[in-house]
Parts: sequence; structure tokens; C-alpha cells
Amino acid sequence: MTPETFLLEEQQAAAAQEKPQEPKRTENFVFGIPQNGLQQKQREVPVDEPPPLPANSELTYIGKPTQRYDGPAKALGKAKYTADVQLPGMLYARMVDAKIPHGRIVAIDTTEAEKLPGIRAVHVIEHVYGIAELRDPKQEPPSRYPTIRYVGQPIAGVAAVSQQIADDAAKLVKVQYDAIPFVVDRSAARADDAPMVFPGPADAAGSAGGGGGPTDVPQKGNVHGPKRRLIGNMDKGFADADVVVESEYFTQVQTHSALETHGFVVDWKPDEVTIYASTQGTASVRDEFADVFKLPKSKVRVITEYMGGGFGAKFGAGNEGVVAANLSRKANAPVKLMLDRRQEHIVSNRPDSHQKLKMGAKSDGTLTAIQLTSYGTAGVGTGAGTAGPATNLYKCPNLLTEEYDVFINAGPGAAFRAPGHPQGCFAFEQAIDELAVKLKMDPLALREKIDESPARKAERQLILERTNWRNRKPDGSDTGPIKRGMGIAQSVWYRFIDMDSSCEVRVSRDGSVELMSAVQDLGGGTKTILAQVVAEEFGIPPAMVVIRIGDTRFPIGPNSGGSVTAGSITPAVRNAAYQVKQKLFTAVAPSLGTTADNLVVQNGRVVFRNDPSKTYSLKQVAAKLPTNEISARATRVPEYSKARLTYGGVDYVELAVDTETGRVHVEKVFGAHDCGRPINPTGVISQINGGMLQGISYALFEQRIMDRNAGYMLNANLENYKILGAREVPEIEVVLVENYIAQSSTDAAGIGESAGIITLAAAIGNAFYNATGVRMRRIPMTPAGVLTALGKVQEEVQA
Amino acid sequence: MNKFAFVDCKTVDQVLGQLGDGAMVKAGGIDLLDLMKEDIVSPPRLVNIRNVDSLRGITISTDGLHLGPLSTLSEIASHPEIQRSYSALADAAGHAATPQVRNMATLGGNIMQRPRCWYFRSSDFDCKKKGEGSDECHAHNGENQYHAIMNNSSCAMVHPSSTAVPLLGLGAQVELTSKRGKRMVAMSEFYVPPEKSVVNETVVRPGELITSIFVPAPEPGTRSAYQKYGEKESFDWPIADAGIVLVMDGARCRKASVVLGVAAPTPIRSKEAEAVLVGKTIDEGTARAAGKAAMLHATPLSQNGYKTQLFETAIYRTVLLAAGQMQRDQSAVG
Repeated sequence: MTPETFLLEEQQAAAAQEKPQEPKRTENFVFGIPQNGLQQKQREVPVDEPPPLPANSELTYIGKPTQRYDGPAKALGKAKYTADVQLPGMLYARMVDAKIPHGRIVAIDTTEAEKLPGIRAVHVIEHVYGIAELRDPKQEPPSRYPTIRYVGQPIAGVAAVSQQIADDAAKLVKVQYDAIPFVVDRSAARADDAPMVFPGPADAAGSAGGGGGPTDVPQKGNVHGPKRRLIGNMDKGFADADVVVESEYFTQVQTHSALETHGFVVDWKPDEVTIYASTQGTASVRDEFADVFKLPKSKVRVITEYMGGGFGAKFGAGNEGVVAANLSRKANAPVKLMLDRRQEHIVSNRPDSHQKLKMGAKSDGTLTAIQLTSYGTAGVGTGAGTAGPATNLYKCPNLLTEEYDVFINAGPGAAFRAPGHPQGCFAFEQAIDELAVKLKMDPLALREKIDESPARKAERQLILERTNWRNRKPDGSDTGPIKRGMGIAQSVWYRFIDMDSSCEVRVSRDGSVELMSAVQDLGGGTKTILAQVVAEEFGIPPAMVVIRIGDTRFPIGPNSGGSVTAGSITPAVRNAAYQVKQKLFTAVAPSLGTTADNLVVQNGRVVFRNDPSKTYSLKQVAAKLPTNEISARATRVPEYSKARLTYGGVDYVELAVDTETGRVHVEKVFGAHDCGRPINPTGVISQINGGMLQGISYALFEQRIMDRNAGYMLNANLENYKILGAREVPEIEVVLVENYIAQSSTDAAGIGESAGIITLAAAIGNAFYNATGVRMRRIPMTPAGVLTALGKVQEEVQA
Repeated sequence: MNKFAFVDCKTVDQVLGQLGDGAMVKAGGIDLLDLMKEDIVSPPRLVNIRNVDSLRGITISTDGLHLGPLSTLSEIASHPEIQRSYSALADAAGHAATPQVRNMATLGGNIMQRPRCWYFRSSDFDCKKKGEGSDECHAHNGENQYHAIMNNSSCAMVHPSSTAVPLLGLGAQVELTSKRGKRMVAMSEFYVPPEKSVVNETVVRPGELITSIFVPAPEPGTRSAYQKYGEKESFDWPIADAGIVLVMDGARCRKASVVLGVAAPTPIRSKEAEAVLVGKTIDEGTARAAGKAAMLHATPLSQNGYKTQLFETAIYRTVLLAAGQMQRDQSAVG
């Protein structure tokens, strides 16, 4: 997935999916946004698609606030996460990782570790996954060990009968290094004479969740790129401009910091390898294990019943999965390997950025030119591009983006909740406000002028109606040390669909209904929405549908990255539920003395269309089944139209800046967001709440701090890596804008990305400017950063 | 974490009998367990004093406040008489760490915490403070945004104890007991600055146990306050904190004690700030002047110059809070 090019590329992919001979029928779908007036949209759909769903207001379970399916299990501690898995004879493992930032391993001595009573297996890594690799591996002398390129790079794993013994054994593995000069500072790494992280050009592939950078770009020293895109003519664009803004923005490295660290329990048996994985993609884990160990996929089983957070960084086998599998194979016992908190901070991150942004506009606000140059470091990976918002939020005839990755000797970047977009939005949406200042326009009115999105138009209207925006004071007009301000920022994300989205719905003669799919629930509430979709078809409460997901023995499910899950799997679920319902009606109609097409679900009952007095419960109907169970399996059908769609949101922030302590207090956030047809508003709002908090945390607190002299991450813990806590939570209000798109049998869409994480830093920056008249060009906005920006202290040395 | 023996004691004599041979005293276990998990200390034996009843209890008498070293920070913070007469101490105890930690952390453990410095607290770095032959201070040329801005030329660590700040301002004394007897040490003498010894942080000798902390009864007209500023309010270490004790004679300040916490390797009194306040009417002008005076001799490192501004603010706002002229700061509610 390449969000940066989303709206620009031709739609060959969609066309290729289409089977021209497939029989179709014509249907009318509800279309548009209620606030703007709902319309009808005619679509050709495959003949066996279920009938179109009406708007949420006319449905029983879909679109209604619904209690989380597994909420009680989680609240009561009954939910078993990967970290909780206990198997008979299970061993505990610990990763051994690099203590130097750059060098060659001369020797590894595991004898002391192996002598420790209770140790069962040691495995030394031959290949490091998830980081960039040299285009020409011959540029490095051959070695049996991978080159060390960052502190914390996995080297080996040990498995023992207890975690304590494994931890002790890990410390006894002796690694002898031959050190090479290193660099951990992005700007230093760009210098011509900087130590080279890779001796030649190197590329990193993305994961199933995205990330990764371009592979067809030049590399000079540590600077990989640019990935360049030009539309129109920049000279003309700036010549046409009445006003031009030009500035630089800096964002930091943010680590994923999932509460449940990366980890696996691997039970290697000759007939089947069973993997309990803390993953966002059971399919991606199965695929990578099969690939790495040359196993048929049919002999790899992946289970993710509950998942303690991933944010984009948990796909595939990972180094820890490969190590756990090797240890399990060697020890002939199940092995649990969870990263410790320090390792969790190093395993993945959101790249930083240094962005130069220049924009031109006509005096009425019309954009004439956007020029973005970005340098970012994904450590020993790539994927630091930030051009998504600048490219896709507003139409502009002249656009030039040049994105560079800068290698440094630090842990790899990975897809992280809206890759590139929080960074890009922090710069771009503040620059839009800068334009508004120069144009003497209200920032919201400027967006009204340049933004073509109907959903965001409705969202801005909500900001006007439901917030204090109209009473916004002039920038920097507060007197006294505490200054208050308000700001907005807008987000864009993209409708991605994963066609590997299948499920089976089963009805038993006792009337019980269950759904099976390999799709996993990251915690966003996937189980709940699947239950609602099935419930709507059968007219039974969602809690009565049994949801069995997160197991690759079930039909394949989508990997949950890029907000694909709801939009991909719910149509398959609805289709399967609809089909099994039709099968059920066909099977039981004769014994009810009617035909299948005379049966319909209404108000929770199965009713005769021609005689509403004849009603039955699902239980009564199922009891007539001639067989014990009946089931249907469905797979995602292609989108109903080739339209390329985006989602978005507009977020509003009120804050107070304490200009004498440099503290920024976010006091209120109001967000209006769209994601197609919301299935469970409670879940969607909950996701947005989380995204907003993560966005505030990114804007104000979080940052990886590297020691430039030794190459270590100094705050690889949760006391010095600062994450927003309860006292930093503002008043939050979220309003959902329904956006019917007539693209699938549910029109659902994910909300993981466009959930506040993209906008909050920019909205806070804009509110900060409104409060103080000073533009924050650097996050996190810590006291040090704020007091420096306010001119209260001398400019400091910044990494 | 290395293996260790765990000895549970019921009396002070039992505790004293168990000290020596590298044994360490465990009260709440908050800081100690962190240090052990990070391999900064590896004691062969932990002497658990949590069940020594004689080390508990808070008593107020005419001479002052007697605090058992096992008093938890939450007990101190919620004690009505401490809130009334020793406000700065209640403030400091009530704003340290998190509610959960405050329920476990003891006063004795709080003042015995090892310093904050991410180089000191990482087993990946040797430094002169660890006394392992290294002569380096990594903070001086490294990442030092949270480090000391005063008295930092030898070692730039900061002392983390919130309660030590008001205890110093209120003239507290610490009772140390060993097999040879008891001695009282004034808080002003309790901590050892790195210029004197980079390895020893307190005057507590091997074999000694803190058995009581005494705070003399405040003079009439005493008002005190403590405020702590971090990068956030939910569980954060202070980047600036101030403990203020004012003895007021009507509107005029007769005596002042201005104590800075994380400005230096040990809590320090600012004679310069105190001189500004004494003899004056307390108002915003004098309070701000005191803040400025306190920072006159600051020697910030490459990345922590902002802390001087923060300390100026912390001091002036806390002087005004102590004087009853300002509400508790929104930036210091954690």
C-alpha cells in the first residue's frame, strides 16, 4: 500500500480484480452524508450479493452503540493474551541483543549460558529480519554472523525452564565485537564524512501493514532517495501565487510502546507448528513462518485470540518469532518468547522528520504550489516519507515532493498508525494555517475554500456548531503568563481493501449461530462488529452470536494494517450470514408450508412475507433443519465501483500554554470523523479517543532519546519514555459523520488511522499559535522546546 | 536480577544484626527493586524492615513532628496535622510518583533513593559515580536535559527525593541507629555532595538504620509549600521543584527557607533567594526576584538551560502559594 500515491495513480488494480463475465444485477444503494442530504446510488453488483442495507437509522443492530463482545472477559482478566499462554512443558526464552551500535561479530561464546542448570536451548541468529538489506550483499565481507548495525539488534535466543534462568543465561552469552564507527543523529548522518550505516545502497521492504521505503531510488552515503513526484510546474505555481509561506518542521522518533510487547509462543511439532502470536496478521505470521522454515502453509497454525496492541509494528514472524521457533525445535518443547520493555522500545518506531515546506496561494486562498522536501530516519530501515497529507488533502495543480530516508545506527522504523501522516500533517496543516494568517483568512474558512471532501465539509460544519470556534480570539492576544488558544487540523486516510477476507457462518439445529474467520481483533472491537453484522441478518442480539476468530484453521482473514479490517471482512461476513440464512430458509420452507422467498427476518422474528401473523423464532426455524448444521462460506467480493475513496476527520483543540513553565495543557478536543458506515459507534468513538490521546502524547511527550556518544537509547523504559497519562487526558467529544459509499454489502470502513493520531500535533500547533502568536515547528512540545520557541532560553543543542 | 537472600525482621535489633556483608535494607522496595532489576545493585541479602512496628507511626508533640521511617507517603500526605502545620511536607509526599507508589513508598526509602541520571541507572554505562574505575561523567558531553544545573561540575545527577526538599526547609533531623548507638543528623548535613564524595550520597554509614525523622515545631507565623514541575503530571520525575518555608510577621517575611530539589545533585537552599525575601513584604515582585536570585549562579549544561527558567517560575509561584497569594499551579498538580 502506498498512501502517498493513492489519489494519483490509475486504477489498474481494481480493474484487474474484476471478472467481466460475472453475472450482475442492478441495485439502488443509500449514498452520501446525512448532514448533506442522503441520496441513492445505482450499482451493478454480483447476483448473489445480499440486498443493499438501508441507512443505519433503519437497522436494528448495525450502527447501534454495542457493548464490546469481549469486554467482560478483558475487564475480569479472563482474556488470555499471548503473554498469558501456558502450555504443558513450556520453556521461557530471552533474546540476546547487541551491546554496540555498529560492528562485526568476531565470536559468540554460549558455553557459560549452556552450562546453567535449567537451560534447554540456545539459538544464534543467522539473518536479521525487518531491517534494510544491501542491494549487493558482496559489499560486505562474508561472515557467519549478521553485521551489527544498532544497539539492541537481535543476536541469539536462549530457552530455559523459567524466565529467570533464561534472563540469567542471556547475560552469560559472550559476544566479541569488532567495532565500526557509528552515527545515531539524523543530521550528522547526512554529512559527507559521516560513518556509513551500510557500505552501499540498501533497501527495506514494508510489512503487511505498510511501511518500508522506495527501492528504486539512488543512495549517497546514508541518504536514501529521493522518492520524487512532480505534478505541473513549480515555477509557474509559485509565479501564480499571491502569497508564499516557507518553513521547516521537525518531528521526533516515536516508539510503538504496545502494552503487550512483541512475542510468540511456538510449539514446534513434526506434524504441525502451532504459533500463538501477538500479531496484527495471523495470515502474515503463517506466511512468513512457512517461508522462513520452508514449511507448507497447511502445517503452520497461528492463533491470536486476544491482542495487546500493535499500532502497525506486529506483522510476520519477526526475529523473535523465528528465534522462538528455532528454540522450540531444538528443545522439542513449546517456547514462549516475549520481548522485554527495553527491547519493545527498540524493535520498531515511527521515523522522525525534518521537513521543508513551501506553499503558494492566490489571495482568495486557492493553492497554486506545494513543495515538500523531507528527510527522516527509520534507523536501519526506510519508510520515513511524509508526503501523504501534502499530496492528498487538497487539490493543487503544482506539486513537488522529495522524500529522503536517512540511515542511522538505531532500531528500524515500522508501519505506525497512519505511516508518515502525523509527521506530514504536523507540517502541512500548520503551513495551511500560516497561509491563512498571511491571507488574513479564518483557518477554517480557508479550508472550506480549498477542501473538496464532502465529509470534511460536514465535519467543519460540526466544528462551527459544536465548539467555541466562532469566539476565537486574535492570535497571541492573551496577556499574562497563561495563554489560551484554539486550533484545528484535518486528516486524510485511504480506503484499502484486503481481498483475502473470508469467513464461515454456521447455524446449528438448536438455533445457535457461530462465525469463524482467521481475522484477528487488535483490540479495536472487530469481534463486536462481526457479531453485529451476523446479528442483523438473523434478527438475534449480537451477544448471541459466537465469534471465533484469530486462528488460521478458519478461513483466511485480512492482515490488520492501514485500517483495512472492517472494510474488508464485514462484507464477507454479511454475505456468509445472508447466504446461510437463505440456505436455512430453503431447507426449512417445505416443513413450514411455504417457500424460501416468502421468509424474511423482521423485528427479531422469521416472518411470512404474505402473512405477518405467521412468525417464528430463529430457534423454531432452525429446529426444522433436516441436518444438524448448515453453513456458508464467503469471501470478499471486489468493490462495487472503482472509485478511489478517502476518509478523514477534522479535529479541534482548546489549550492553555503556560509560558513560564513551557507546559502545554490540552483542555478540550472535539473531533468529527467519517469512516463509511459506522457499524459500532461505541467502538469507533473509542478508537478515536485512543487516537487522540496517542496524538496528544506524540505532540507533547513522547520521544526516543539516543546517546550520541555511545549509540544507546537512554529512555527505553516507561518512566523516561513519557506517554500521556490520566492527568493529561482532556475533555473529549467525538461526533461521527456517516458516509454511505455504496462500495460493498456493508460500506464499513476502519478508523484506526484517521482517528486523531494524524491531526492532533498539527491542531495543537495551530492552537499554540493562536494562544501565543508563536509557531511551534518542533515536537514534542516539552518545556525545553516550548521555552526555547518562546525565546525564554538560548537555542539548545537538539538531536 | 541476581539471586539474593531475604530476611524478614521484626525489631530494630534484628535488623542491625543482619546488616553488613553487602546486605541492603528494604522498606517499600520501590527504588531498590528498580536498581536490582537494572543490575545497578546486587545485594546478596535483603533485610526487610516493613514488619518492624517500632519504625512506624506519626506523632505530633509540642517539640515537633516525629515520623517513623516506615510512614508511607500517602499516610504523610493525608495526615491533617501535617497538612496544617507542615504543608510543604504534605505537598511533597502527596505529589511524588503515583498513588500506587505512594501507598508503598516510605519516607525513609524516599530520602534514601539513589540519584536520577539515566547513565547511572543503566548497566550499559560505567561512570565515576559507580566507582568502577571509570572517570567519566557521560552527562557532561551527552544527553543532559534532565540533569543538574547547579553544583554539577563533578557529577550532574539530580536527587529525586521530593520529601527531602521540605525536610531541609523545615530543619528536620534524621535519627540513625547502629549497634554502637544513636546519632542525630540535620538534613542540611545528611546528603553528601559529589564534590566531597562522588560515591557516597548520604552520611549514613554501613550498619546504620534510619529509625526516626524529626521535624521541629514551626515558629508562629510559619507558612510553607512545595510544588513539583515535570513534563507531565501523571507519574513524572520533577524537572524543577521548590520547597518554601516563610516565617511571617504580619505581611513581612521574617525568615525564609528556599529549597531547590532537582537543581543539583543534592537538595540545596538558596541563600540568594532567601536574602531577597527576608525583611520584605511578599508580593509577586519579591517572589519573582527571589526566583531570579536563586538562578544567579546556575551553570546549565548543553541541553538543560530551560531548567533555570523553570526554577525561577517554580520558586516565585511556590513563594506565592506559601504566602497564600496564589492557587496551586495547574502545571504542578501531579
